[in-house]
Amino acid sequence: MKTKIIVTLKNGILDPQGKTVEHALHSLGFKGVRGVRIGKYIEIDTDSSNGGEVEEMCKKLLANPVTENYEIRSEGE
Amino acid sequence: MVFPGSNCDRDTVLSASFVPGANVRRVWHKETSLGDVNVVILPGGFSYGDYLRCGAIARFSPIMRAVAEFASKGGIVIGICNGFQILVESQLLPGALLTNVSRKFICKNVHLRVERTDLPHTRGIQQGKILKMPIAHGDGNYFADPATIDMLEKNKQVVVRYCDENGDATPASNPNGSINNIAGICNEHGNVFGLMPHPDRCSDAVLGNTDGLEVFRSFAP
Repeated sequence: MKTKIIVTLKNGILDPQGKTVEHALHSLGFKGVRGVRIGKYIEIDTDSSNGGEVEEMCKKLLANPVTENYEIRSEGE
Repeated sequence: MVFPGSNCDRDTVLSASFVPGANVRRVWHKETSLGDVNVVILPGGFSYGDYLRCGAIARFSPIMRAVAEFASKGGIVIGICNGFQILVESQLLPGALLTNVSRKFICKNVHLRVERTDLPHTRGIQQGKILKMPIAHGDGNYFADPATIDMLEKNKQVVVRYCDENGDATPASNPNGSINNIAGICNEHGNVFGLMPHPDRCSDAVLGNTDGLEVFRSFAP
């Protein structure tokens, strides 16, 4: 089964990558862009439908608890 | 310790072996025991290609269990650059190392103010001495939440700080945006030390700078 995870930087953590993209969008004429934050999208394909396992994967490896939040978006075939 | 992607192990072995009486060997990350050692060094490089996050995967290498146990018993551990990243990911040191604010990989000499000279890693260095060392990293921006930073400063766990030639920790002397110009920290017990600059790249006289040797010499009995 496939689980989709979004890993994002916590609020207050500086995101230079996001800032760079924000400036690039402004240069392209998208003046209304007030902020950009960039995260990670991870897709995990597992044998069984054990939701608790993916939670543990996020806590142990996929997200750094000091700087990142994770969100388990959806689970399904 | 050598992980897949470590590339500073040879320089580190060479630098450490300049210390009279030193017996230095490499330990592959798949080993499960350290053997009889006094000091564990986690070298620089790009373990696991910096995939996911720098040091995030290396921290789960089999040998890291032995390193954590060694550290918990007061064993002397030093992490250089990627080694520092592995130590924070392992939570053997607090905080995290983020991407440099400039988003550039920075390769240059920096000046460091040594603020702890009572550690096994720094006892050979004069208090207040300014060291010159090269950095070479894209993700050396030290971060921790305000409470942790407060604790680190109060407990004097900041071992080396980016500064100018005169020892002033100015914004201009901070190459990567690290909070409070932090270049290296130790744990509460003072046996685990991590730093982003490379003492292994300034220990050989032929390179014109041997400031790094002062760290390795500190390990001599």
